[in-house]
Amino acid sequence: MTDSILKPTRRALLRGAAATGAGIIAAPLVLREARAQAPFNWKRFSGQSIDVLLVKNPRSELMQAAEKEFTELTGIKVSSEQVPEQQQRQKAVIEFASGKPSFDVSGISLHVQKRMAAKGKWFENLDPYIKDASLTAPDFDFADFGAGPVAYARQADGSLDTVPFFVDYWIVYYNKELFDAKGVAYPKSMDEMFTVAQKLHDPAKGIAGFVSRGLKNANVPVWTSLMLGQGSETTSPDGKLLTDTPEAIWAGELYKKLNKETGPVGSVGFNWNECQTTFMQGRAAMWLDGVGFATPLEDPSKSRIVGKVGYGITPPGPKAHHAGMFADGMGISRGSSKKEAAWLYLQFMTNKKNQIAMLKAGAGAPGRSSAYLDTETIQQSKFGKQYFDCLLGSAKIARAGLPQIVPVTEFRDVFGVGLTNMIGGADVASELKKATETFAPVLAKSEQG
Amino acid sequence: MTSTSLPANLASAAPATSTTSQDFTPRYWLFSLPAVLVIAAVIVFPWLFTLFMSTQDWKIGGGAEFVGLGNFVELARDQRFLESMGHTAYFTILAVVLPIVFGTAAALVFHREFPFRGLLRTIFVMPMMATPVAVALVWTMMFHPQLGVLNYLLSLLGIGPSAWVYDPATVIPTLVMVEVWHWTPLVMLIVLGGLAGLPREPYESALIDGANDWHMFRHITLPLVWPFIMVAIVIRTIDALKAFDTIFVITQGGPGTASETLNIFLYLQAFQFYKIGYASSVVVIFFVIIIMLSLLLLYARQKSKWNA
Repeated sequence: MTDSILKPTRRALLRGAAATGAGIIAAPLVLREARAQAPFNWKRFSGQSIDVLLVKNPRSELMQAAEKEFTELTGIKVSSEQVPEQQQRQKAVIEFASGKPSFDVSGISLHVQKRMAAKGKWFENLDPYIKDASLTAPDFDFADFGAGPVAYARQADGSLDTVPFFVDYWIVYYNKELFDAKGVAYPKSMDEMFTVAQKLHDPAKGIAGFVSRGLKNANVPVWTSLMLGQGSETTSPDGKLLTDTPEAIWAGELYKKLNKETGPVGSVGFNWNECQTTFMQGRAAMWLDGVGFATPLEDPSKSRIVGKVGYGITPPGPKAHHAGMFADGMGISRGSSKKEAAWLYLQFMTNKKNQIAMLKAGAGAPGRSSAYLDTETIQQSKFGKQYFDCLLGSAKIARAGLPQIVPVTEFRDVFGVGLTNMIGGADVASELKKATETFAPVLAKSEQG
Repeated sequence: MTSTSLPANLASAAPATSTTSQDFTPRYWLFSLPAVLVIAAVIVFPWLFTLFMSTQDWKIGGGAEFVGLGNFVELARDQRFLESMGHTAYFTILAVVLPIVFGTAAALVFHREFPFRGLLRTIFVMPMMATPVAVALVWTMMFHPQLGVLNYLLSLLGIGPSAWVYDPATVIPTLVMVEVWHWTPLVMLIVLGGLAGLPREPYESALIDGANDWHMFRHITLPLVWPFIMVAIVIRTIDALKAFDTIFVITQGGPGTASETLNIFLYLQAFQFYKIGYASSVVVIFFVIIIMLSLLLLYARQKSKWNA
């Protein structure tokens, strides 16, 4: 035996080499298998601390409430701050532009900052993290995130730099009592939305047939949501403006009719909060806006229409049926030195349990599909089955509600002024032509350099 | 005429004092250094940098390019900028004149003796103590065309509803109404301070000469209290020109651009569109306007002094 070891035969050497080679080849598979069987190590980055920049809203409240559990699980300390939306956007832009942001994780509004984030290379590409079994818990199940929100979060180059944890679909809230009183059914088309609004419009009783945002900037998603009914967004896939096309004019005319002829007095200055107040005091029959307002509408201390609210999917337009989609994502700063710890935070805050908690609290629509299938949540919810049906139905037909360009805010400002003028009686085609001519150079410049 | 001479010690001391007060030798420069550094850091440098930025085409996240006076030329062609100048002038004139008139009238009332004067005066000055943003939020609710309390009050008087800040035609007068409510007490306090220090003799003489209340106000009170009113005008003008919080919270410059003043325009360019170079050129123009107006008002105030 000793002899054979000290003086190996040629056959024994070949056998040994083959065994070693097979071992090297099989090692990763074995390790992966071993990791799959071993519990995920959440404590890998214990002792680190991360900074998080959040937008002030109920979702961030939930995240902050979950921080204690996250720290207990991972040993990672979290220092997060909630900043009001407008200021948070400014802070993010300025800090990312500096190249050394003070936070490791930041939330962004994809419908406003997505292209800006890509151009400025704000975030890490999360795909490698998701694929890395040593960094991603097996139950994270990224495939659970809806295809729509994920496609929305992906940049033009295919990279995924944020997790789309919150989606805002535009729906029509309607007052069932007012509809029943006049024996009117929920509109089956966008054109019918206007005729229904006309039937329900009763200024003598202080009832508006329809209410939506008229304030510049805030009003643009109303118009773009209507434009989706023509199967058209406001920019083409190659970045050309489609804002003075017949489809855009049709949507503008409908926006004008709905607000001018069936809207409440003063809707030209209404943002979502004035619309909400009007609707929940029973002064409007329909309200087209984001899905996140069910909580106040069903709150007896604030609303006079508790239990009377209908949740309708945005009716189809002449050529297509879509619901305007807006979303928030969270990403890891490219300049962060604690990217792995930050990724654990992202995973935890967007896991199934926390996404269901978001839905349960009425803090918004989660990006995960499984949350909507949680029967317990649906049964216990005060919003009723129609709300969840509306959410699921909207998710299936969702389409980006704002152009994916850098100067989104300027776009909203310029076209918002035009829309406001329309409610005041201005000609739709002229206003859109003027706004398009004003904005075209801004867009062209934004894509240079 | 007798000549007098100072004692030798005083004679030598007098010129010495004079020399000390005007001694600009470098050994004393060190003492002014902290103040110079602070002024340079917080006033001079930001100004020079703003001037420099106004010559650049720079957007946050993008590169900067020297454009000389290009931003100013663009501003001169920018319809929204020109409109915002008009809105600023309209708002400022109303937001200065009305509080001055009402504040002066209130001061004349509170200058007289009547029951509960102290209590009523305290109540009158309360709006001034409120935080502008909180005030703006409360007024926004009150302005709601359907549900606001103001239209309800109008209905009790048999007057039809107003759209208040939700109509381009009424938005600026309505915003001025908030300013008047908020800042009239300040004018009242300033003028009241002036009235308290007026001499009694001119009034007694006027009464003997048969002057009535109007004559006394027109020819005695108003001229004597005018320097105080000028102080109030200067303060109100500066406040009205820089008004931002109330307008932004209530209308954000809307409906459309109907209440977009220079400050709102500037805010949009700098913090919504991130066009820092362009916004800096607005700041430069705004600064020139304020300097010119301040000089004019200070000159007017100087002329209005009692001994002028």
